[in-house]
Amino acid sequence: MLNIEGLDELTQMNTFQQLIYYVQENGAYLWEQFTRHFLISIYGVLFAAIVAIPIGFYIARHSKLADWVVGAANVIQTIPSLAMLSILMLGFGIGVNTVIITVFLYSLLPIVKNTYAGVKNVDNALMDAAKGMGMTRWQQTYKVELPMAISVIMAGLRNALVVAIGVTAIGTFIGAGGLGDIIQRGVNASQGGAIILAGAIPTALMAVAADLVLAWLEKKLDPSSRVRK
Amino acid sequence: MIEFKNVSKIYGDGTKAVDDVSFTINEGEFVVLIGTSGSGKTTTMRMINRMIDSTSGEILIDGKNIKDENAVELRRRIGYVIQQTGLMPHMTVYENIVMVPKLLKWDKDKMRETAERLLKRVDMGNEFLDRYPQELSGGQQQRIGVIRALAANQDIILMDEPFGALDPITRDALQELVKHLQEEMGRTVVFVTHDMDEALKLADKIAIMSEGKVIQYDTPDNILAAPANEFVESFLGEDRLQQRSTMQTVDQVMVKTPITVTSDMTLAESIRVMRDRRVDTLFVTDMHHVLQGVVDFEGINKNRKKAETVSEIMSHVYYVKSGTLLSSVADKMLKRGYKNIPVVNEAGKLEGLVTRASLVDIVYDTIWGDDEEVESIPLETTQYQESE
Repeated sequence: MLNIEGLDELTQMNTFQQLIYYVQENGAYLWEQFTRHFLISIYGVLFAAIVAIPIGFYIARHSKLADWVVGAANVIQTIPSLAMLSILMLGFGIGVNTVIITVFLYSLLPIVKNTYAGVKNVDNALMDAAKGMGMTRWQQTYKVELPMAISVIMAGLRNALVVAIGVTAIGTFIGAGGLGDIIQRGVNASQGGAIILAGAIPTALMAVAADLVLAWLEKKLDPSSRVRK
Repeated sequence: MIEFKNVSKIYGDGTKAVDDVSFTINEGEFVVLIGTSGSGKTTTMRMINRMIDSTSGEILIDGKNIKDENAVELRRRIGYVIQQTGLMPHMTVYENIVMVPKLLKWDKDKMRETAERLLKRVDMGNEFLDRYPQELSGGQQQRIGVIRALAANQDIILMDEPFGALDPITRDALQELVKHLQEEMGRTVVFVTHDMDEALKLADKIAIMSEGKVIQYDTPDNILAAPANEFVESFLGEDRLQQRSTMQTVDQVMVKTPITVTSDMTLAESIRVMRDRRVDTLFVTDMHHVLQGVVDFEGINKNRKKAETVSEIMSHVYYVKSGTLLSSVADKMLKRGYKNIPVVNEAGKLEGLVTRASLVDIVYDTIWGDDEEVESIPLETTQYQESE
């Protein structure tokens, strides 16, 4: 029999007390996994945004391409995340990069779709006025289309980030770390309920918080909500 | 000067939107392109700032072919007003007004000064500068749309049915405003509409278009006097063609000697003038007989103790220029309830006064004036009939 100091005490606690104890003992570790988790999601979404927003603008102007591009992104979206991770692992090996690539791929669709819809919905009269007053193509894009579409694009980023936080949690299976590691540890331990919660609750909170913050930003950027300061 | 030389626009599917059009728009002219939808009027206008490129023929502005010029730079020199205003909802009124000056990289002070000056020209205060377009009424929005097209001192302004979406009273006010601005600033305006009343009211010249061709291009008076063909006649409509016979101007009916006082006259003196001449309003002029404003009995009575001379209490007065069509003045009197409208010449000198009484005279003239029977019926007959 192992005789670890305090083990008796620990087994006497209920799940909630165990959770508090775990967080107190492993606070630094928890925080490290939390930021790791967050950064993996953010990097994936950010890279996707860099690629997907210009694609969205491009297909908004070339409507024939739109169906193809959105269709392709839709196919990616339908692949189950675990399957996607495994397939990509064959190509890119295990580790954090593969998870970022997975998040990247899942983020493409919501961002492309929303950018496309946002730009497409800019009032034709505005574009006519912008062009007629002598804006160059580039000026029309960043002075009119981008500000008018930005809140819809933000909604796409918001969707993407929430999905990304979920996908990153599975990343533990290919050794990427993040809060999924803690959940996995709890699953493997006997009576690991408290440990599962210590991983799952922050994951859920992160997703909800990201959603709220981006929803606020989306509303703030909506040009139709503009009134006198 | 804008010259169209055998300009055509043929789309890929073979439709001829504009078919071999040639005409010249002189500097400072207000030209209205009018026609039914699909007549090519908007296409013709949009070719001027190369929003649409012509298929063949050439368009010259001040002798230079616009195809030799950079399209973006060309557009910055030409004002552009569209029906849906096209104001940017994410920009303040100020940012909207100075849009083109900003593209031309004017300095801040000059832009601010321009925006404030133009806003004042359309009777709007500086408090509007920081508002967003969606906080304004439709009429106010289009005022901003109009001054945005003037902000960079554009010589040519293109307007595509700018007042089509406004209610009749707002439209009326804006039409007047645009005409005033255009005359004052001497800009060339190319205006597209399908409303004949609007065209007759605003235009120096009207180009009537149908199926991509210009059917007739002339002054409103000449078109009314001699419609080129049946199409033009039907487009003008019976009513307007009949009206031409009674197309009188205000000069013919106005009272030539309205009662005036000079602006330095005291209130006591003006009351005396009112009593002697038996009127309740006096027009205030300066020494050169230029109209300054108006005072009425009520105004004098109220301010008797506060003010010394009439210049302190006179209010603005709505006036028309000599040569204005009587029909439009009559319209205004009835719609807005003016008792009388002073008439001034080019220099602002008071020439006369159109009163409600002069309108009544006209009505009697038109209804019974030519009717010899009425005049020839002896009074006795009438009495006899009545007594029966």
